[in-house]
Amino acid sequence: MPTFVKMTRCDGCGHCVDICPSDIMHIDKTTRRAYNIEPNMCWECYSCVKACPHNAIDVRGYADFAPLGHSVRVKRDEEKGVIAWRIKFRNGETDMDLLAPITTKPWGSGTPVLRDVEPPTDAQRNSQLLFNEPKYIRFDEGDIHTLESNNLEMKAGVYY
Amino acid sequence: MLTNNPFADITALISPEVMQGYVVLMILLVIGGTVLDMMHKQSAKYFFETSKQAQADAKQEVDSGQKAKLAMKTVANEVLTSSEFANTKRRLSHLMTMYGFIFFVITTALLIFKYTGSGTEAPALVTVLWHIGAWSLCVGGYWFWFAIRVDVASEGVKWYQFNGRGDLFILGLLFTATFALLWSFTGSMLFFALFILSSTVLFGSVYWSKFAHMFFKPAAAYQKKVAQADGSNENLPADFDLSDPAVHAKFPDIPEYMGKNPPNMGLGIKNEAPNHF
Repeated sequence: MPTFVKMTRCDGCGHCVDICPSDIMHIDKTTRRAYNIEPNMCWECYSCVKACPHNAIDVRGYADFAPLGHSVRVKRDEEKGVIAWRIKFRNGETDMDLLAPITTKPWGSGTPVLRDVEPPTDAQRNSQLLFNEPKYIRFDEGDIHTLESNNLEMKAGVYY
Repeated sequence: MLTNNPFADITALISPEVMQGYVVLMILLVIGGTVLDMMHKQSAKYFFETSKQAQADAKQEVDSGQKAKLAMKTVANEVLTSSEFANTKRRLSHLMTMYGFIFFVITTALLIFKYTGSGTEAPALVTVLWHIGAWSLCVGGYWFWFAIRVDVASEGVKWYQFNGRGDLFILGLLFTATFALLWSFTGSMLFFALFILSSTVLFGSVYWSKFAHMFFKPAAAYQKKVAQADGSNENLPADFDLSDPAVHAKFPDIPEYMGKNPPNMGLGIKNEAPNHF
Protein backbone atom coordinates (compact mmCIF):
# COMPACT_ATOMS: atom_id res chain seq x y z
CA MET A 1 0.00 0.00 0.00
CA PRO A 2 2.16 2.88 -1.18
CA THR A 3 1.67 6.28 0.34
CA PHE A 4 0.46 9.51 -1.20
CA VAL A 5 0.25 13.09 0.06
CA LYS A 6 -2.84 15.22 0.42
CA MET A 7 -1.59 18.51 -0.93
CA THR A 8 -4.06 20.68 0.93
CA ARG A 9 -2.85 19.30 4.25
CA CYS A 10 0.90 19.35 3.58
CA ASP A 11 2.90 22.38 4.70
CA GLY A 12 6.15 21.25 3.09
CA CYS A 13 7.98 20.78 6.41
CA GLY A 14 10.08 17.90 5.07
CA HIS A 15 9.70 15.48 8.00
CA CYS A 16 8.73 12.73 5.54
CA VAL A 17 11.66 13.55 3.25
CA ASP A 18 13.97 13.31 6.21
CA ILE A 19 12.71 9.97 7.45
CA CYS A 20 11.97 8.04 4.23
CA PRO A 21 14.40 5.07 4.06
CA SER A 22 13.87 4.74 0.30
CA ASP A 23 14.46 8.45 -0.26
CA ILE A 24 11.37 8.64 -2.43
CA MET A 25 9.55 11.36 -0.53
CA HIS A 26 10.53 14.64 -2.14
CA ILE A 27 9.35 18.22 -2.12
CA ASP A 28 7.80 19.32 -5.38
CA LYS A 29 9.83 22.23 -6.69
CA THR A 30 6.82 24.12 -7.98
CA THR A 31 4.23 23.64 -5.27
CA ARG A 32 6.73 23.12 -2.42
CA ARG A 33 4.66 20.26 -1.07
CA ALA A 34 5.81 16.69 -0.46
CA TYR A 35 5.02 13.86 -2.83
CA ASN A 36 6.00 10.24 -3.33
CA ILE A 37 8.16 10.31 -6.45
CA GLU A 38 8.08 6.56 -7.04
CA PRO A 39 5.27 4.56 -5.37
CA ASN A 40 6.63 1.35 -6.97
CA MET A 41 9.72 1.66 -4.83
CA CYS A 42 7.82 2.28 -1.60
CA TRP A 43 8.63 -0.29 1.11
CA GLU A 44 5.36 0.57 2.79
CA CYS A 45 7.10 1.16 6.09
CA TYR A 46 4.80 4.16 6.71
CA SER A 47 7.55 6.08 8.43
CA CYS A 48 6.38 9.14 6.49
CA VAL A 49 2.75 8.58 7.52
CA LYS A 50 3.81 8.38 11.13
CA ALA A 51 6.20 11.33 10.99
CA CYS A 52 3.80 13.74 9.29
CA PRO A 53 2.66 16.34 11.85
CA HIS A 54 -0.45 17.16 9.82
CA ASN A 55 -1.67 13.63 8.95
CA ALA A 56 -1.31 14.72 5.35
CA ILE A 57 0.05 11.39 4.13
CA ASP A 58 -2.42 8.69 3.33
CA VAL A 59 -2.27 5.07 2.27
CA ARG A 60 -3.73 3.64 -0.89
CA GLY A 61 -5.00 0.25 0.26
CA TYR A 62 -4.64 -2.86 -1.88
CA ALA A 63 -7.76 -3.77 -3.82
CA ASP A 64 -7.92 -7.31 -2.43
CA PHE A 65 -8.78 -6.22 1.09
CA ALA A 66 -10.08 -2.70 0.54
CA PRO A 67 -11.68 -2.17 -2.85
CA LEU A 68 -11.75 1.16 -4.62
CA GLY A 69 -13.46 3.92 -2.77
CA HIS A 70 -12.02 2.68 0.53
CA SER A 71 -10.06 4.59 3.10
CA VAL A 72 -7.08 3.24 5.02
CA ARG A 73 -5.70 5.68 7.53
CA VAL A 74 -3.11 5.35 10.24
CA LYS A 75 -2.13 7.46 13.21
CA ARG A 76 0.91 6.81 15.34
CA ASP A 77 0.93 8.28 18.79
CA GLU A 78 4.44 8.10 20.10
CA GLU A 79 3.72 9.47 23.53
CA LYS A 80 1.02 6.88 24.12
CA GLY A 81 3.17 4.22 22.44
CA VAL A 82 0.43 2.93 20.15
CA ILE A 83 -0.43 2.84 16.49
CA ALA A 84 -4.05 3.03 15.35
CA TRP A 85 -5.44 2.04 11.97
CA ARG A 86 -8.86 2.68 10.58
CA ILE A 87 -10.08 0.83 7.51
CA LYS A 88 -13.32 1.85 5.93
CA PHE A 89 -14.84 0.12 2.95
CA ARG A 90 -16.63 1.95 0.23
CA ASN A 91 -20.05 0.77 1.38
CA GLY A 92 -19.41 2.61 4.64
CA GLU A 93 -20.66 -0.40 6.62
CA THR A 94 -17.30 -2.02 7.27
CA ASP A 95 -15.48 0.46 9.44
CA MET A 96 -12.70 -1.21 11.39
CA ASP A 97 -10.52 0.17 14.12
CA LEU A 98 -7.25 -1.48 15.06
CA LEU A 99 -5.05 -0.46 17.93
CA ALA A 100 -1.69 -2.01 18.75
CA PRO A 101 1.22 -1.19 21.06
CA ILE A 102 4.46 -0.12 19.40
CA THR A 103 6.40 0.01 22.62
CA THR A 104 5.79 -1.27 26.12
CA LYS A 105 8.31 0.95 27.90
CA PRO A 106 9.45 4.54 27.34
CA TRP A 107 11.44 5.16 24.17
CA GLY A 108 15.16 4.71 24.63
CA SER A 109 14.84 3.01 28.03
CA GLY A 110 15.40 -0.45 26.50
CA THR A 111 18.63 0.44 24.73
CA PRO A 112 21.35 -1.80 26.19
CA VAL A 113 24.30 -0.06 27.77
CA LEU A 114 27.01 -2.18 26.19
CA ARG A 115 29.79 -0.90 28.38
CA ASP A 116 28.06 -2.49 31.38
CA VAL A 117 27.73 -5.88 29.71
CA GLU A 118 30.23 -8.55 30.68
CA PRO A 119 32.76 -8.85 27.84
CA PRO A 120 32.91 -12.21 26.03
CA THR A 121 35.46 -14.73 27.20
CA ASP A 122 38.20 -16.02 24.88
CA ALA A 123 36.21 -19.23 24.41
CA GLN A 124 33.19 -17.18 23.38
CA ARG A 125 35.31 -15.08 21.05
CA ASN A 126 36.62 -18.17 19.29
CA SER A 127 33.25 -19.88 19.22
CA GLN A 128 31.16 -20.10 16.08
CA LEU A 129 28.14 -19.00 18.06
CA LEU A 130 27.07 -15.42 18.12
CA PHE A 131 27.71 -13.44 21.27
CA ASN A 132 24.70 -12.81 23.50
CA GLU A 133 22.34 -15.06 21.60
CA PRO A 134 19.13 -15.83 23.50
CA LYS A 135 19.47 -18.99 25.53
CA TYR A 136 16.71 -20.91 23.79
CA ILE A 137 18.23 -20.71 20.32
CA ARG A 138 21.70 -21.84 21.33
CA PHE A 139 22.88 -25.33 20.51
CA ASP A 140 26.00 -25.43 22.63
CA GLU A 141 24.64 -27.43 25.56
CA GLY A 142 22.60 -30.57 25.57
CA ASP A 143 19.89 -31.19 23.04
CA ILE A 144 18.16 -28.78 20.70
CA HIS A 145 16.54 -26.06 22.71
CA THR A 146 12.86 -25.54 22.28
CA LEU A 147 10.25 -23.29 23.83
CA GLU A 148 9.18 -26.19 26.00
CA SER A 149 12.67 -27.02 27.25
CA ASN A 150 13.00 -23.36 28.24
CA ASN A 151 9.63 -23.25 30.00
CA LEU A 152 8.17 -20.93 27.39
CA GLU A 153 4.95 -21.39 25.55
CA MET A 154 3.47 -20.10 22.32
CA LYS A 155 0.59 -17.78 23.03
CA ALA A 156 -2.30 -17.06 20.72
CA GLY A 157 -2.29 -13.70 19.07
CA VAL A 158 0.45 -11.35 18.08
CA TYR A 159 3.75 -11.03 19.92
CA TYR A 160 5.41 -7.71 20.66
CA MET B 1 14.50 59.13 5.19
CA LEU B 2 11.74 56.83 6.43
CA THR B 3 9.19 59.64 6.46
CA ASN B 4 9.60 60.27 2.75
CA ASN B 5 6.50 59.59 0.62
CA PRO B 6 7.98 58.47 -2.71
CA PHE B 7 4.60 58.52 -4.44
CA ALA B 8 4.10 62.22 -3.70
CA ASP B 9 7.52 62.96 -5.21
CA ILE B 10 6.59 61.65 -8.65
CA THR B 11 3.17 63.26 -8.99
CA ALA B 12 4.74 65.81 -11.36
CA LEU B 13 5.59 62.97 -13.70
CA ILE B 14 2.65 60.63 -13.14
CA SER B 15 -0.72 61.96 -12.07
CA PRO B 16 -2.36 60.48 -8.93
CA GLU B 17 -5.25 59.27 -11.11
CA VAL B 18 -2.88 57.09 -13.18
CA MET B 19 -1.35 55.66 -10.02
CA GLN B 20 -4.80 54.95 -8.58
CA GLY B 21 -5.84 53.35 -11.86
CA TYR B 22 -2.75 51.13 -11.66
CA VAL B 23 -3.65 49.98 -8.12
CA VAL B 24 -7.21 49.17 -9.22
CA LEU B 25 -5.83 47.26 -12.21
CA MET B 26 -3.59 45.22 -9.89
CA ILE B 27 -6.57 44.40 -7.64
CA LEU B 28 -8.52 43.26 -10.70
CA LEU B 29 -5.56 41.14 -11.83
CA VAL B 30 -5.43 39.42 -8.42
CA ILE B 31 -9.18 38.73 -8.46
CA GLY B 32 -9.08 37.49 -12.07
CA GLY B 33 -5.98 35.36 -11.47
CA THR B 34 -7.46 33.78 -8.35
CA VAL B 35 -10.73 32.95 -10.11
CA LEU B 36 -8.87 31.44 -13.08
CA ASP B 37 -6.61 29.50 -10.70
CA MET B 38 -9.65 28.16 -8.85
CA MET B 39 -11.30 27.11 -12.11
CA HIS B 40 -8.15 25.47 -13.43
CA LYS B 41 -7.24 23.55 -10.26
CA GLN B 42 -10.90 22.97 -9.39
CA SER B 43 -9.97 23.75 -5.82
CA ALA B 44 -13.42 25.11 -4.92
CA LYS B 45 -15.03 21.95 -6.31
CA TYR B 46 -12.58 19.82 -4.31
CA PHE B 47 -13.37 21.68 -1.10
CA PHE B 48 -17.11 21.38 -1.57
CA GLU B 49 -16.88 17.68 -2.40
CA THR B 50 -14.65 17.01 0.60
CA SER B 51 -16.94 18.97 2.85
CA LYS B 52 -19.99 17.06 1.56
CA GLN B 53 -18.19 13.77 2.20
CA ALA B 54 -17.28 14.94 5.71
CA GLN B 55 -20.90 15.87 6.39
CA ALA B 56 -22.02 12.40 5.31
CA ASP B 57 -19.46 10.84 7.69
CA ALA B 58 -20.19 13.26 10.53
CA LYS B 59 -20.91 11.76 13.92
CA GLN B 60 -22.30 14.92 15.43
CA GLU B 61 -23.83 18.16 14.25
CA VAL B 62 -21.67 21.31 14.29
CA ASP B 63 -23.96 24.32 14.66
CA SER B 64 -23.29 27.73 13.17
CA GLY B 65 -22.08 29.11 16.52
CA GLN B 66 -19.43 26.40 16.76
CA LYS B 67 -18.51 26.97 13.12
CA ALA B 68 -18.04 30.69 13.79
CA LYS B 69 -15.83 29.80 16.75
CA LEU B 70 -13.76 27.47 14.55
CA ALA B 71 -13.46 30.20 11.92
CA MET B 72 -12.21 32.61 14.60
CA LYS B 73 -9.74 29.97 15.77
CA THR B 74 -8.51 29.51 12.19
CA VAL B 75 -8.01 33.26 11.84
CA ALA B 76 -6.19 33.47 15.18
CA ASN B 77 -3.95 30.44 14.62
CA GLU B 78 -3.40 29.64 10.97
CA VAL B 79 -3.94 33.10 9.47
CA LEU B 80 -2.56 35.57 12.00
CA THR B 81 0.22 33.51 13.55
CA SER B 82 0.98 30.88 10.86
CA SER B 83 0.69 28.11 13.44
CA GLU B 84 0.62 25.53 10.66
CA PHE B 85 4.39 25.67 10.38
CA ALA B 86 6.01 23.16 12.69
CA ASN B 87 9.44 24.62 11.92
CA THR B 88 10.11 27.82 13.89
CA LYS B 89 12.47 29.28 11.28
CA ARG B 90 9.92 28.82 8.50
CA ARG B 91 7.19 30.25 10.69
CA LEU B 92 9.19 33.36 11.55
CA SER B 93 10.23 33.90 7.95
CA HIS B 94 6.61 33.48 6.82
CA LEU B 95 5.31 35.89 9.46
CA MET B 96 7.86 38.56 8.53
CA THR B 97 7.09 38.18 4.84
CA MET B 98 3.33 38.11 5.37
CA TYR B 99 3.06 41.08 7.74
CA GLY B 100 5.61 43.00 5.70
CA PHE B 101 3.51 42.44 2.58
CA ILE B 102 0.24 43.38 4.32
CA PHE B 103 1.65 46.62 5.76
CA PHE B 104 3.38 47.43 2.48
CA VAL B 105 0.24 46.94 0.37
CA ILE B 106 -2.12 48.78 2.72
CA THR B 107 0.19 51.75 3.18
CA THR B 108 0.90 51.88 -0.57
CA ALA B 109 -2.85 52.12 -1.24
CA LEU B 110 -3.20 54.78 1.48
CA LEU B 111 -0.28 56.83 0.15
CA ILE B 112 -1.56 56.68 -3.42
CA PHE B 113 -5.25 57.29 -2.76
CA LYS B 114 -5.00 59.75 0.10
CA TYR B 115 -1.65 61.47 0.19
CA THR B 116 -0.60 62.25 -3.39
CA GLY B 117 -2.72 65.36 -3.91
CA SER B 118 -1.22 68.83 -3.46
CA GLY B 119 -1.15 70.03 0.13
CA THR B 120 -1.72 66.59 1.61
CA GLU B 121 1.28 65.59 3.65
CA ALA B 122 1.40 61.88 4.51
CA PRO B 123 1.60 61.22 8.28
CA ALA B 124 4.97 59.90 9.39
CA LEU B 125 3.31 56.75 10.74
CA VAL B 126 2.08 55.71 7.28
CA THR B 127 5.38 56.30 5.48
CA VAL B 128 7.37 54.65 8.26
CA LEU B 129 5.06 51.65 8.13
CA TRP B 130 5.50 51.53 4.34
CA HIS B 131 9.29 51.35 4.76
CA ILE B 132 9.15 48.92 7.67
CA GLY B 133 6.73 46.71 5.71
CA ALA B 134 9.08 46.57 2.72
CA TRP B 135 12.06 45.95 5.02
CA SER B 136 10.28 43.13 6.88
CA LEU B 137 9.28 41.57 3.56
CA CYS B 138 12.91 41.72 2.44
CA VAL B 139 14.29 40.18 5.66
CA GLY B 140 11.76 37.31 5.73
CA GLY B 141 11.93 36.79 1.98
CA TYR B 142 15.71 36.80 1.61
CA TRP B 143 16.04 34.53 4.65
CA PHE B 144 13.69 32.11 2.91
CA TRP B 145 15.42 32.49 -0.45
CA PHE B 146 18.97 31.94 0.75
CA ALA B 147 18.51 29.54 3.66
CA ILE B 148 15.08 27.98 3.98
CA ARG B 149 13.95 27.34 0.40
CA VAL B 150 13.73 23.55 0.35
CA ASP B 151 15.56 23.09 -2.91
CA VAL B 152 18.58 24.94 -1.58
CA ALA B 153 18.88 22.65 1.41
CA SER B 154 17.99 19.27 0.01
CA GLU B 155 18.28 19.30 -3.76
CA GLY B 156 21.44 21.34 -4.05
CA VAL B 157 19.78 24.08 -6.11
CA LYS B 158 21.90 27.21 -5.91
CA TRP B 159 20.43 30.54 -4.85
CA TYR B 160 20.78 31.96 -8.36
CA GLN B 161 18.89 29.12 -10.04
CA PHE B 162 15.38 30.24 -10.91
CA ASN B 163 12.77 27.53 -10.71
CA GLY B 164 9.99 28.95 -12.87
CA ARG B 165 6.54 28.89 -11.34
CA GLY B 166 7.78 27.73 -7.95
CA ASP B 167 9.81 30.91 -7.45
CA LEU B 168 7.61 33.41 -9.25
CA PHE B 169 5.74 34.54 -6.14
CA ILE B 170 8.68 34.89 -3.75
CA LEU B 171 10.87 36.63 -6.33
CA GLY B 172 8.00 38.94 -7.28
CA LEU B 173 7.65 39.89 -3.61
CA LEU B 174 11.38 40.31 -3.08
CA PHE B 175 11.99 42.43 -6.16
CA THR B 176 8.93 44.59 -5.49
CA ALA B 177 10.01 45.36 -1.91
CA THR B 178 13.71 45.75 -2.74
CA PHE B 179 13.17 48.13 -5.66
CA ALA B 180 10.56 50.06 -3.67
CA LEU B 181 13.11 50.70 -0.92
CA LEU B 182 15.90 51.54 -3.37
CA TRP B 183 13.60 53.92 -5.24
CA SER B 184 12.50 55.59 -2.01
CA PHE B 185 16.08 56.05 -0.79
CA THR B 186 17.69 57.16 -4.10
CA GLY B 187 14.78 58.66 -6.04
CA SER B 188 16.16 56.96 -9.14
CA MET B 189 13.66 56.46 -11.97
CA LEU B 190 15.41 53.23 -12.92
CA PHE B 191 14.46 51.70 -9.56
CA PHE B 192 10.94 53.09 -9.94
CA ALA B 193 10.60 51.39 -13.35
CA LEU B 194 11.92 48.12 -11.90
CA PHE B 195 9.52 48.46 -8.93
CA ILE B 196 6.53 48.84 -11.28
CA LEU B 197 7.76 45.97 -13.44
CA SER B 198 8.16 43.63 -10.42
CA SER B 199 4.82 44.54 -8.88
CA THR B 200 3.09 44.00 -12.23
CA VAL B 201 4.70 40.55 -12.48
CA LEU B 202 3.76 39.80 -8.85
CA PHE B 203 0.08 40.71 -9.19
CA GLY B 204 -0.26 39.68 -12.82
CA SER B 205 1.11 36.17 -12.33
CA VAL B 206 -1.41 35.02 -9.72
CA TYR B 207 -2.69 32.33 -12.06
CA TRP B 208 0.77 30.74 -12.37
CA SER B 209 2.34 31.58 -9.01
CA LYS B 210 1.67 30.63 -5.39
CA PHE B 211 -0.11 33.91 -4.69
CA ALA B 212 -3.53 32.24 -4.33
CA HIS B 213 -2.34 30.17 -1.34
CA MET B 214 -3.35 33.03 0.94
CA PHE B 215 -6.96 32.33 0.02
CA PHE B 216 -7.18 28.55 -0.05
CA LYS B 217 -4.84 27.69 2.86
CA PRO B 218 -7.15 29.25 5.47
CA ALA B 219 -10.09 27.47 3.80
CA ALA B 220 -8.27 24.12 4.11
CA ALA B 221 -7.35 24.82 7.75
CA TYR B 222 -10.97 25.71 8.58
CA GLN B 223 -12.25 22.57 6.87
CA LYS B 224 -9.83 20.44 8.89
CA LYS B 225 -11.10 21.98 12.13
CA VAL B 226 -14.74 21.37 11.16
CA ALA B 227 -13.93 17.73 10.28
CA GLN B 228 -12.35 17.28 13.71
CA ALA B 229 -15.33 18.86 15.43
CA ASP B 230 -18.01 16.84 13.63
CA GLY B 231 -16.19 13.55 14.28
CA SER B 232 -15.62 12.64 10.61
CA ASN B 233 -11.96 13.66 11.05
CA GLU B 234 -11.06 12.66 7.49
CA ASN B 235 -11.49 8.99 8.42
CA LEU B 236 -8.54 9.13 10.81
CA PRO B 237 -8.54 6.65 13.71
CA ALA B 238 -9.99 7.90 16.97
CA ASP B 239 -7.80 9.20 19.74
CA PHE B 240 -8.14 6.29 22.16
CA ASP B 241 -7.78 6.69 25.91
CA LEU B 242 -5.52 3.81 26.91
CA SER B 243 -6.77 3.72 30.51
CA ASP B 244 -10.41 3.37 29.43
CA PRO B 245 -11.87 -0.10 30.28
CA ALA B 246 -13.94 0.00 27.05
CA VAL B 247 -10.71 0.35 25.05
CA HIS B 248 -9.21 -2.53 27.07
CA ALA B 249 -12.21 -4.71 26.23
CA LYS B 250 -12.02 -3.87 22.52
CA PHE B 251 -8.23 -4.13 22.23
CA PRO B 252 -7.02 -6.68 24.84
CA ASP B 253 -3.41 -6.37 23.63
CA ILE B 254 -3.21 -2.94 25.22
CA PRO B 255 -3.68 -3.99 28.89
CA GLU B 256 -1.83 -7.26 28.32
CA TYR B 257 1.38 -5.72 27.01
CA MET B 258 1.22 -2.15 28.24
CA GLY B 259 -0.67 -2.41 31.53
CA LYS B 260 -3.96 -0.83 32.49
CA ASN B 261 -2.60 2.68 32.73
CA PRO B 262 0.38 2.97 30.36
CA PRO B 263 2.91 5.73 31.09
CA ASN B 264 3.84 8.51 28.70
CA MET B 265 6.40 6.92 26.39
CA GLY B 266 8.22 10.12 25.40
CA LEU B 267 8.87 11.58 22.00
CA GLY B 268 10.22 8.59 20.02
CA ILE B 269 11.21 9.54 16.47
CA LYS B 270 10.11 13.08 17.17
CA ASN B 271 12.89 13.27 19.74
CA GLU B 272 15.21 14.27 16.96
CA ALA B 273 14.09 17.10 14.70
CA PRO B 274 14.61 16.59 10.97
CA ASN B 275 17.69 18.47 9.89
CA HIS B 276 17.28 18.62 6.14
CA PHE B 277 14.96 21.58 6.24
